[in-house]
Amino acid sequence: MDANVEGADRGITEYVTAMIGGQLFGLPISRVQDVFMPERLTRVPLASADVAGVLNLRGRIVTAIDMRARLGLAKIEDGRPPMAVGVDLRGESYGLLIDSIGEVLKLADDSREVNPVNLDPRMAKMAGGVHRLDGQLMVVLDVDRVLEINPDMMAA
Amino acid sequence: MTMVSELVLTRNQLLEISRRNEDSEFKVPLQRLSNVTAELQEGVMKTRMQPIGNAWQKLPRIVRDLSSELGKQIELEMHGADTELDRQVLDLIKDPLTHMVRNSADHGLESTADRVAAGKPEQGTIRVSAYHEGGHIIICIADNGRGLNTDRIKQKAVQNGLVTEADVEKMTEAQVHKFIFAPGFSTAAAVTSVSGRGVGMDVVRTNIDQIGGTIDVKSVPGEGSSFTIKIPLTLAIVSALIVEAAGDRFAIPQLSVVELVRARSNSDHRIERIKDTPVLRLRNKLLPLMHLKKLLKIDDGASIDPENGFIVVTQVGSQTFGIVVDGVFHTEEIVVKPMSTKLRHIGMFSGNTILGDGAVIMIIDPNGIAQSLGTAAASHSEIADENAAARANSDVQLTSLLVFRSGSSQPKAVPLALVTRLEEIAVDKIELSNGRHMVQYREQLMPLVEMEGVTIRESGVQPILVFADDGRSMGLVVDEIIDIVEEQLSIEVASTREGVLGSAVVKGQATEVIDVGHFLPMAFADWFSRKEMRLSATAQTVLLVDDSAFFRNMLAPVLKAAGYRVTVAQNGQEGLAALRSGNSFDVVLTDIEMPEMNGFEFAEAIRADRRMESMPIIALSSVVSPAAIERGRQAGFHDYVAKFDRPGLIAALKEQTADVKQAA
Repeated sequence: MDANVEGADRGITEYVTAMIGGQLFGLPISRVQDVFMPERLTRVPLASADVAGVLNLRGRIVTAIDMRARLGLAKIEDGRPPMAVGVDLRGESYGLLIDSIGEVLKLADDSREVNPVNLDPRMAKMAGGVHRLDGQLMVVLDVDRVLEINPDMMAA
Repeated sequence: MTMVSELVLTRNQLLEISRRNEDSEFKVPLQRLSNVTAELQEGVMKTRMQPIGNAWQKLPRIVRDLSSELGKQIELEMHGADTELDRQVLDLIKDPLTHMVRNSADHGLESTADRVAAGKPEQGTIRVSAYHEGGHIIICIADNGRGLNTDRIKQKAVQNGLVTEADVEKMTEAQVHKFIFAPGFSTAAAVTSVSGRGVGMDVVRTNIDQIGGTIDVKSVPGEGSSFTIKIPLTLAIVSALIVEAAGDRFAIPQLSVVELVRARSNSDHRIERIKDTPVLRLRNKLLPLMHLKKLLKIDDGASIDPENGFIVVTQVGSQTFGIVVDGVFHTEEIVVKPMSTKLRHIGMFSGNTILGDGAVIMIIDPNGIAQSLGTAAASHSEIADENAAARANSDVQLTSLLVFRSGSSQPKAVPLALVTRLEEIAVDKIELSNGRHMVQYREQLMPLVEMEGVTIRESGVQPILVFADDGRSMGLVVDEIIDIVEEQLSIEVASTREGVLGSAVVKGQATEVIDVGHFLPMAFADWFSRKEMRLSATAQTVLLVDDSAFFRNMLAPVLKAAGYRVTVAQNGQEGLAALRSGNSFDVVLTDIEMPEMNGFEFAEAIRADRRMESMPIIALSSVVSPAAIERGRQAGFHDYVAKFDRPGLIAALKEQTADVKQAA
């Protein structure tokens, strides 16, 4: 997602922040439908490792994406139930499993920097730039790319 | 309709609650509500089913208009117009279908001049067909035009930034062809009033995605392309059996469930093994079994009880098999929801649903399971289909062989498909009558035939292979049944001994392949002749073309037994020569996988000959997949039969020769 798409008029984008594996990520708020506690997740055999399962959210079937697996991070260890950020793509609902949800930040688009070249390639693929905040860095997640889980690739 | 779906879901929730509270006063009114809901649902479903022909009504008109506009001669064939499907589904595929037919007419078929130059008939054909296949509807739109232009698609894909030049070179043709479904993809150089206006295959795909369907394209340069759409019968409600495997629940559509069997080690129904392949002996038939958790690769490590388990006997088409599950709960009316696009590639599932208790579970696709039955053969056939044109002599055909020992220590084998049953009969049941061994089997006397060197044991049980045909059975006495193996069957050394076709290498060991045709008349002298006598007045002639001596030897007696006069040919050239020699044949039966001229080419050669244009041709193949059948249809085959499916073969022959009689 290009920066200029959201809030292009004011040059400011609002981000929902989330912690995944100790790293702060930001999701453009325009893409976030809701935040929920995933309950009764049903695993899907034979699916890609990135798909954590499916669940029922108010009568809709939501596909849960394991963001740690997607980003190539270690599996969650403390057994704490994750949170999920609900996003939509082409009429389908997805839940991105994250460790914890943060706050909403308003950030100017011009303070965003391009991905450092040495960023982990898995992460770089899904990152749409980096914002420097007080004391830490926030990686902007490109929702469309996160959901580009290509079944053909897995089959190969 | 969504209202009815929601009503059913709510009813399910209520039923779930009442199941948990044993003595609830709600039980009776709830039961009543349940019945009313079921009736309402049935009524609504019935009014919603419409023949697909409704969506096709305008096609002939459209094609006629296009034909004059484009100056091409186009023939539209429509098959299966009375196939019924849900109105909602129908509405969504109406426009895509029209669009695809326009596409075929504009891009697919060449201009008349080009067709003539390519040596094709002037008139191009677009064939639209629809049929049911295990809870799905398959719609196929095929043309016999030029096929997709792979190079042009590659070029365009790189231009549009869908793929890098380096990657595109590594892709197979089938992968390249998938790009036509990408948004905004059009290879039409010029915008015409017919197409090239930006409404592309991506819109078609989006519509089909919406109803949980899939679309696939196959194309052979110069021969045409075909699009296959697979969509669920209905978006709405199906009855399903809820089962458990490795702690997870799954739904199996009731439509394909035949019965449930509880297998226990000490009962009649117990799971047996032939080497490592689990089978169930059910009413004297051997049923192949599969463990659901193994299929889904969710083995929880808990040891699978080898002899106990719940078996869901499932039927898909003509195939019957058992799915072993850990537990069976109840049946429930489930509302089928399409799977996420991220999961749709998993062939084992056809959708997902929300149960009464609020949990999401996956719906098993019995077709997917049936395909995995012969994994080795199936995956091979897919590849074979993908380069149908390039398919060549290197084809490896696998045949299931039953390996046994009788007489000598050397193993013997017989194609499993020929064996009706395996039996173990207590020796004291074997009687001697009129100098022959007999056994009372299913209220009939079944003669036993001993192979050379086999003597019936003194005590205990005697394994026999039962062959049955048209109500008669005979038992072949053997010493020991060893194994069932999948092997490429090639008889390397022909035999001069009666009853043995020759020797082949099976599992690295020289094995004699026996000739069943030799033993059948030993049981009943008139085995092959009785029907011939009856039918000889109307005997029809069959040309059988197969490169494998084994199949020629095996099928010719079968055909003769069914009352046909058979001429055999070893390859396509020989077959054509026989056809052109002036002998008249009523029907041609040909193998597909043959060196030099394969069955498709053979069929096309026959079709190209004016005198034989209407000759019925039946394809025989060890590989029967929808794609292969479609390919066969394009080549001009009237029917497509699996090599070992003898009843199917005879039925197909009867049907085709009956057509000829009517036509004559």
